[in-house]
Amino acid sequence: MNSAQSTTATAGTGTATRRPAAHNTGGAMRRQLPEMLVGAGLLVAPFILPALGMSPDLLTRILIWGLFGLGFDLLFGYTGLLSFGQAAFYGTGGFVTAYLLTDGVVPNMLLALVIGTVAAAVMGLIIGYLTLRRTGIYFAMSTLAFGEMFYFMENSVFKDYTGGENGIAGVPPPELSLGFINIHISSGWPMYWFVAVLFFLGYLVARRIVRSPFGAVLKAIQGNPKRAMALGHSIQSYKLIVFVVAAAYGGLAGGLLGLFQSYMPPDAFALDTSAQLVIQTVMGGAGTLLGPLLGATIWLYLYEGLQQVGSLGPYWKLILGIVFVVLVTVFRHGVAGALISLFRRRRQLPADVDDGASTRVAGSLDIVPPLATTRPGAPVLEARGVSKHYGGLKANSDIDFTLREGELHGVIGPNGAGKSTFFAMLAGELPTTTGKVFFRGQEITGIGVTSVCQLGMSKSYQINQLFEHLTVRQNVMIPVLARLRGRYRADLLSNLHSEHLDAQVNAAIALVDLSHHADTQVSEMSYGEKRRLEIGLALATGANVLLFDEPLAGLGPEERVLVVSLLKSIRQGRSMVIVEHDMDAMFELAERITVLYEGRKLTEGTPDEIRRDPSVQAAYLGGMDDESA
Amino acid sequence: MPSMSLFLSQLFNGLATGLLLALISTGLTIIYGTLGVINFAHGALFVVGGYAGYTVYGLTDSFVLAVAGGSAVALACGLVMERGLMRKYYSRPPEDQILVTFGISIILVEIVRGLYGGVSLSVTPPEWGQGIARLGTLIYPLYRLETLGIAAATLLLLYFVLYRTSLGLIVRAGIEDAQMVNALGINVKRTFLLVFGIGAMAAGFAGVINSPIVALTPDMGFRYLVESFVVVVIGGVGSFPGAIIGGIIAGEILSLTAMINPQYSDVMLFIAMALVLIFRPQGLMGQEGRE
Repeated sequence: MNSAQSTTATAGTGTATRRPAAHNTGGAMRRQLPEMLVGAGLLVAPFILPALGMSPDLLTRILIWGLFGLGFDLLFGYTGLLSFGQAAFYGTGGFVTAYLLTDGVVPNMLLALVIGTVAAAVMGLIIGYLTLRRTGIYFAMSTLAFGEMFYFMENSVFKDYTGGENGIAGVPPPELSLGFINIHISSGWPMYWFVAVLFFLGYLVARRIVRSPFGAVLKAIQGNPKRAMALGHSIQSYKLIVFVVAAAYGGLAGGLLGLFQSYMPPDAFALDTSAQLVIQTVMGGAGTLLGPLLGATIWLYLYEGLQQVGSLGPYWKLILGIVFVVLVTVFRHGVAGALISLFRRRRQLPADVDDGASTRVAGSLDIVPPLATTRPGAPVLEARGVSKHYGGLKANSDIDFTLREGELHGVIGPNGAGKSTFFAMLAGELPTTTGKVFFRGQEITGIGVTSVCQLGMSKSYQINQLFEHLTVRQNVMIPVLARLRGRYRADLLSNLHSEHLDAQVNAAIALVDLSHHADTQVSEMSYGEKRRLEIGLALATGANVLLFDEPLAGLGPEERVLVVSLLKSIRQGRSMVIVEHDMDAMFELAERITVLYEGRKLTEGTPDEIRRDPSVQAAYLGGMDDESA
Repeated sequence: MPSMSLFLSQLFNGLATGLLLALISTGLTIIYGTLGVINFAHGALFVVGGYAGYTVYGLTDSFVLAVAGGSAVALACGLVMERGLMRKYYSRPPEDQILVTFGISIILVEIVRGLYGGVSLSVTPPEWGQGIARLGTLIYPLYRLETLGIAAATLLLLYFVLYRTSLGLIVRAGIEDAQMVNALGINVKRTFLLVFGIGAMAAGFAGVINSPIVALTPDMGFRYLVESFVVVVIGGVGSFPGAIIGGIIAGEILSLTAMINPQYSDVMLFIAMALVLIFRPQGLMGQEGRE
């Protein structure tokens, strides 16, 4: 799929030398900076923090919450899935590990931890499959409910194994058996070091996930799930995998809790546990990986502190609640988010420079070659007798439509003619009521946008559907990733950047003339620039058939000229359908024009024929009503 | 094999529990249906109502006044919440709305804990609710029977308000297109405030009605929050009939399973929810595509 006929990228090579190359050792060092800082922090913490009254037990507890939070942050902070049921996995991992060790089924501590983690992941797979069937509030509600289910099951169905209300006491102190030597991990600092090592490993893995192609797709899902889907990603699979990953982190943290306390409490399953995780993550800062750790520090330190102030102790949760509401209302990104933006402002760094990306490589944007051998003039996209009814309302009735190879086909019609509905059915977004849609002879009626995109057809939307919180480069990367990796790939630990990927991204950005804005966050750009990016996303899918829904909508005269010439320049190797109100642009661009009127096809022909057609003039002037079209 | 009279009595119990759950869930679902917000503080409002009713009951010795007082306090909390915070959240993502209402629920519960302490308080049923009723061979606590009637009557009243008055029409039109309703010269903001208030009041009302059956504790709200979530997921979020049907189903599952093995009654409830999510993700009465 990679090699292809190519268009000449208009400004392909011009992008090159704006920034110093990132593929050097300095850049690599800088990219690993968070890892090094965290490692150093874990190393020096025991020598500094006790001075602030933090005991090794408190630090260990914070790290366990932080580890639990790493997974949750991937789920919530990066993918935008707010789960209120993470306690289910914390408890599962904890109880399985504790049971295996206490009953002597699996005496090896590390093995028991692994089994507990896997058990939690399996539960994650089941609960994720169920809860991810719906999004938003449904997801939050059903995860919360399933979390409670685990709490009840611990105390009923599995009582014989979990000890019910008593939990599992007497979890043996952890022992590391390395074959030749057994290390006994006693409580206090040894336990801290043990948990710190596991936390650090967990952090390394989470960092890799965030910086992998998989992680890039997660961020896209958070920003605009529908567009991520339309650009060729099977987002459901991504969501399920990240849910399982979060469950595994929870399971590992739960297992450590039992080892650390020599006791596995039934509260681990309680709603309070899930709630505490959510609150710590939001307070610390979601989407930063370290936010949950920071939040846990604030929570546990505050708790211990307030207990010592006699009169405040009982009100500590009330204070916490107020702080939480204020944080959610004012500081969207928690303490870590506030610190990061302060740091960036100080250093005057742009929002989110992707310093792993190579800006130097450039080339031309590939187009996915058509699957079947094509000849010019053969039908590419066909609608046969397509209708869409909403109850009594007939939005589209019996429309026949053919787009031929290499053609630029316009669709016009007065407001309410059913253009957008028709377009959505062509693009696979809407199922038809009756009638079928074919793509190079293959029926694609209602197969869904993701599959349509993977076949090589993409749509740009009338209302911009961008990933607003990402940069232009990160935006364009999403469709390119879908082209290079297919609808789904679990490359959680791979490197995001490759020369080919960066070249494709740069080429697409150059094509829509946004190279100077490559590292600008989309929300900061002008409307006209966003409009071009909207087209750029469709182009970057490599689609050889493009559907443009009012590409000129809302643009000023200068931007219009720019976009019209852009549309002309990308014609080679692509077939296109354009819906547009701007008649002049349409007559200039299109080779054939189909006119829709009141949900039906009124006529079709060359621009000249359409211009002269009296029925078209009547439709636009409103005279058709008398003739009953 | 459980006896017939036990079965009937449990069936009845299920209906009573179910209608009460339906009442709580109705408050949740009309707020969601109208404002698109899931109120995680709904359980806390239930608790606030119950405790306020307890105080009024102690002062006046009138259960009717207790119900009025508890509902009024919950209504007031709802109005303050909407005015003070929620209004700013309508345009924010659902996750933020969930988080802020969740934070409010912590504050409300902790205020209750601060005022009344953490111990459970039991409420005696009013005079007209003491004793037992005999329905043929069936012997049944009188107050429970009356709750069934009260809950059913309140649901009917809510139905009447939502489906037979102009307020209801505005609310339902506001669900479809708030901007359009605004453009027609109707103050949608005030309608939203009212709906939020009514939803909160339904929770408070149920809190007082429930207090003679289940002793009050500050943390009880979460349990009812979770159960009402299950009810609306089963019935379909935002659907009024769905809340009632979901409530009855949930009540019957809880009470009929309890007859066979009480340990499993909660678990069964969640299994029912899982089945609905698998086979009819939009809920029994929910509409496709509404999220």
